[in-house]
Amino acid sequence: MVKLIEKTPCAGLLPRSIGLMTLAEDAYPAMTSIAPYQGQSRQVSAALKSTFGVGFPSPNRSLLSDRVRITWIGQGAAMICGEAPPTLTGAAVTDQSDAWAVVRLTGKGAEDVLARLVPVDLRRPQFRSNHTARTLLGHMHVSITRIDAKTFEIMAMRSMAQTLVHELSQAMENVAARG
Amino acid sequence: MRITCPLCGERDRREFYYVGDAVALRRPSPDAGEAAWDDYIHNRDNPAGDTQDLWQHEAGCGAWVVVDRNTVTHAVNNVTLAAKVTR
Ligand SMILES: [Zn+2]
Repeated sequence: MVKLIEKTPCAGLLPRSIGLMTLAEDAYPAMTSIAPYQGQSRQVSAALKSTFGVGFPSPNRSLLSDRVRITWIGQGAAMICGEAPPTLTGAAVTDQSDAWAVVRLTGKGAEDVLARLVPVDLRRPQFRSNHTARTLLGHMHVSITRIDAKTFEIMAMRSMAQTLVHELSQAMENVAARG
Repeated sequence: MRITCPLCGERDRREFYYVGDAVALRRPSPDAGEAAWDDYIHNRDNPAGDTQDLWQHEAGCGAWVVVDRNTVTHAVNNVTLAAKVTR
């Protein structure tokens, strides 16, 4: 068997620093989507909590523990980022490792960059740390989570990695050019 | 036009996909007869005023929503999750 070399979704594209901002890849070792079946949310959330210390997030929220970040990614669904979950009964569980490009945009001006690309107001105070949104970045479906005062995590499908980096870099250059 | 998704909050129309008349939530029973099925499949009102459509928050949370809106004033009066509609 040929030994294959694993490449991350943004290999060769990132990191990039433009102006006071940095765009870097944040590839999680494991990503798993979970969607509890009808009437099973409470049980699934309790199982997550006993393993990771955080349960199933409410809509528009992301939860962080020392082992994983669990981000709400849509109606009745969340993404466990970092470690694979234990065997969960009562939920549809899908391994999505390697399927998503995950980047972090950080630095002064990050909000202005996203304001050029995203039709949702991501400024504080209405979009605070661990708030998350499913929305568009350009024409791409993305998940955007605020990590801290000047950092956002953006997830898009892996096949869109190059477009994601292109769109963000262009907007970073435009914001930086304004000084 | 802005639509308030019951899960995500107020969002731009471009995040939503228009599906059609909310009649899809009122499927007749299999033995309802030809007239009921003909009506369900083929006949739609074209109201100047209040109407009820199904939309999907396709570029957001993925939820199907029922939108009560007015075709004359373009006002969006109410949005509910299709999952919460009792059938
Ligand atoms: Zn939504």
